[in-house]
Amino acid sequence: MHLLYFTLLVPFIMALLVPLLYKYVPRIHTGWFVLVVPIGIFLYMIELIPMIAKGKILVSSVPWIPSLGINYSVYVDGLALIFGLLISGIGALVVLYSVYYMSKKREALHNFYVYLLIFMGAMLGVVFSDNIIVLYMFWELTSIASFLLIAYWYQRKQSRYGAQKSLVITIFGGLALLAGLILLSVMTNTYSIREIITADLRGHQLFLPAMLLILIGAFTKSAQFPFHIWLPDAMEAPTPISAYLHSATMVKAGIYLVARFTPVFGGTIEWFWLVTGTGIITLLWGSFSAVKQNDLKAMLAFSTISQLGLIICLLGIGSSLYVTTAVFAALFHLINHSTFKGCLFMVVGIVDHETGTRDIRKLGGLMSLMPITFTLMIIGSFSMAGLPPFNGFLSKELFFTGVLEASKLNMYYLDTWGIVLPILAWIASIFTFIYSMILVLKTFTGKYKLSKYEIKVHEAPLGMLISPMFLAILILLFFFFPNTIANNLLQPAMSAILPGLLDGVGIENNIKIWHGWTTEVFMTLGVVVVGMLLYASLNKWSWIYEYLPAKMSFNYLYDRGLVGMEKLASQITKKYMTGIVRDYLLYIFIFFVLVVGGSLVLLNNFTYHPADNGSVSAYEVVLMLVIIGAAVLVMLTKSRLTAVIGLGVIGFVVAIFFVIFRAPDLALTQLVVETVTVALFMLCFYHLPELGKETEGAGFRTANLIVSLGVGIVVTLVAISAQSNALFDSISSFYEDSYQLAGARNIVNAILVDFRGFDTMLEILVLTIAGFGVYSLIKLPLHRRNNR
Amino acid sequence: MKPNDVILQTVTKVVTFIILTFAVYLFLAGHHEPGGGFIGGLVITSGLTLLYLAFDIESVRQGVPVDFKIVAAVGVFIAVATGMGSLLFDSPFLSQTYGYYNLPIFGETELATAVLFDLGVALAVVGTGVTIILSISGDA
Repeated sequence: MHLLYFTLLVPFIMALLVPLLYKYVPRIHTGWFVLVVPIGIFLYMIELIPMIAKGKILVSSVPWIPSLGINYSVYVDGLALIFGLLISGIGALVVLYSVYYMSKKREALHNFYVYLLIFMGAMLGVVFSDNIIVLYMFWELTSIASFLLIAYWYQRKQSRYGAQKSLVITIFGGLALLAGLILLSVMTNTYSIREIITADLRGHQLFLPAMLLILIGAFTKSAQFPFHIWLPDAMEAPTPISAYLHSATMVKAGIYLVARFTPVFGGTIEWFWLVTGTGIITLLWGSFSAVKQNDLKAMLAFSTISQLGLIICLLGIGSSLYVTTAVFAALFHLINHSTFKGCLFMVVGIVDHETGTRDIRKLGGLMSLMPITFTLMIIGSFSMAGLPPFNGFLSKELFFTGVLEASKLNMYYLDTWGIVLPILAWIASIFTFIYSMILVLKTFTGKYKLSKYEIKVHEAPLGMLISPMFLAILILLFFFFPNTIANNLLQPAMSAILPGLLDGVGIENNIKIWHGWTTEVFMTLGVVVVGMLLYASLNKWSWIYEYLPAKMSFNYLYDRGLVGMEKLASQITKKYMTGIVRDYLLYIFIFFVLVVGGSLVLLNNFTYHPADNGSVSAYEVVLMLVIIGAAVLVMLTKSRLTAVIGLGVIGFVVAIFFVIFRAPDLALTQLVVETVTVALFMLCFYHLPELGKETEGAGFRTANLIVSLGVGIVVTLVAISAQSNALFDSISSFYEDSYQLAGARNIVNAILVDFRGFDTMLEILVLTIAGFGVYSLIKLPLHRRNNR
Repeated sequence: MKPNDVILQTVTKVVTFIILTFAVYLFLAGHHEPGGGFIGGLVITSGLTLLYLAFDIESVRQGVPVDFKIVAAVGVFIAVATGMGSLLFDSPFLSQTYGYYNLPIFGETELATAVLFDLGVALAVVGTGVTIILSISGDA
């Protein structure tokens, strides 16, 4: 087994050990043990970088369900490695942060770390899987782990609401993804992603459905418009979880999926506009909504949504194969976003932890009290806003380059609609700038009011600051030495996303910190200037949020939809599940008439061959008339007694029919059984309660008449057709030799006890069970015992 | 005051024997003539019912001290056991066989395992029939 497998399974093994460590080593914070896992994985991934940078890939496979072609194959290329590094690296920092954030005494730490480790393992499984079924398995495992983590404080109603919402939405997407993956495997006849990528599927009739389904999966997971609504509610999770899952890793699973399947679907107009369009709308909507939030974490949640939209938008533009800068920018921003968003979440967690609130209306003036936190917040926010000297500046410039280049393309209607992209991107950047400023200025500047805080405010302990500090240093390092990651990580990842284009030839993508007075620089300047003006006048225009969002909230739609669906379902159920047996019988009979009668009509199967019939004797006619008369009497009579006697008449006439048709055994049995039945009817009749006795005629209802006529006609037609369609001779000639075969001259009896005695055996069993049933129903009246 | 059922009871005493004899005839003749375990069992039941009608349940219970639930169970058991018996002779379940034997009084007679099976059927029918009638009338 390859060492990589061990690396991928270590989180799950550790998840098994955590409860033991928590119970038997209570003196040490469980997080310290957990910390070893992501650090180890991270070091192993680092060790893989040189090999991947040379353009090699690592492939390995162990059989899981070989008979179905499902193997746990892993596949490490540049794209997977970037995600692997992010997951393990940020994971290590988050675990370190959580050691100081989560109290050893008050919190159920074993739950926390088990969920976290399951999530980490599942996430690593998603990015390294080559088999799409395995990928889907890990994909759902991330959803479940995220569900558990969001509802970590399950005593709170909001946590449970958020967890349920995220589960409903991501599982919806996950199932769509499964359908899309199955379509892919149907088209290519393989489960391996590498083999799917090499197949050319364009023009296949399942190509578009597969694309849509996979995109639904990716968009729900990555909180794209309009599936973004679960992310702000997921902020009820503990802050380390928000930092890890809902900014750096899980929400990027959708991005991974889009990037991974770009070689399959990219280069088509549908993919370009779906991905780019969704991305840019999400970018705009997320940044616009972030400004109105009062909760710091909600603001960061919307900011994450919008940044994810930015990356998705860039991947869409890059899929055209003409704007390779866009893919490069997407990957670069992917890394940058993980650094600064992780940092910001941790900083917000510190503010929450040290002041007891995350509400920006209560916060303010913390600059001098929490100087380190303030510095970290500035680094993170300015990077997010796209200002130098932070890495966000570089990726934002690349983003502008991407959209500008895309708008000049002469395809996909970009010559007419292309201009929309840079404009929307620019507007979104302004909003990004505004909320970044709000994040810093409203929290840390202004006057410090002691009365607003419930606890004494002071700087966070060093341990809590290590992780965000580390990320802040990375933010700066990435700005000053961007080409180190570009050459070692981004180039191999680009060749994974755009395999056809870059075979062997690495394209030059040197990031220049300063590249002259280009359009991008002026756009950034414009963002800063307009953003500052808008921030200064925030109070004057923030009223638009009062009007717009209430009407344009997808939360409203989701909540109403959920309530509506429940109501509709219960209404429908109440409509037809009436509890009245008569109604259910009506459904059964109508169904029978529709299906049997319908197939008789549609297949044109009715036949009638009178020539095959025997002659009718006068006895039969007379007896038939008696039966009809008795049946009509039973239906129309107003007294029960008449009906019982009428039924008896029918039974005895049937016995005479048996005589005429030469069935003496049947006639004998029918006579006795009919007598017993009539006697039992009389008994029941005698015991009917006085009250509610229905002596008037059976309530005549047209519907019943129609349905019963329908059933009668259909059965008659079927019987006539069947009789006219005898396809082969009867096998009864065999039984005529019963004296030789069974030593019996009575064929009926020989069949009952010898040829087909098994049926008889079970029939007497049925009879006996019925007898015991009657006995126990009468002798064991349980309701009486309860009444005592 | 109890009505005088003397005619009914006297007639019953005679008729019951006729009915039961007829039932035994139906049962035994089943192999070659109309009849068999089922109808034989039903006729026995009707004969017993006549007894219950003419006399009261307690008197009949003293005369025929049988628990008919057990009769039904024994019937099912016999039917299944004859089926299992064929397994002993390495034949499929419920294989029936017959043969001709020279018995002292009857002369050459046909004996068939199917009659044993039919006996099970008859006992199950009698047991069930009487159990149902007794439980319902007992509750009334």
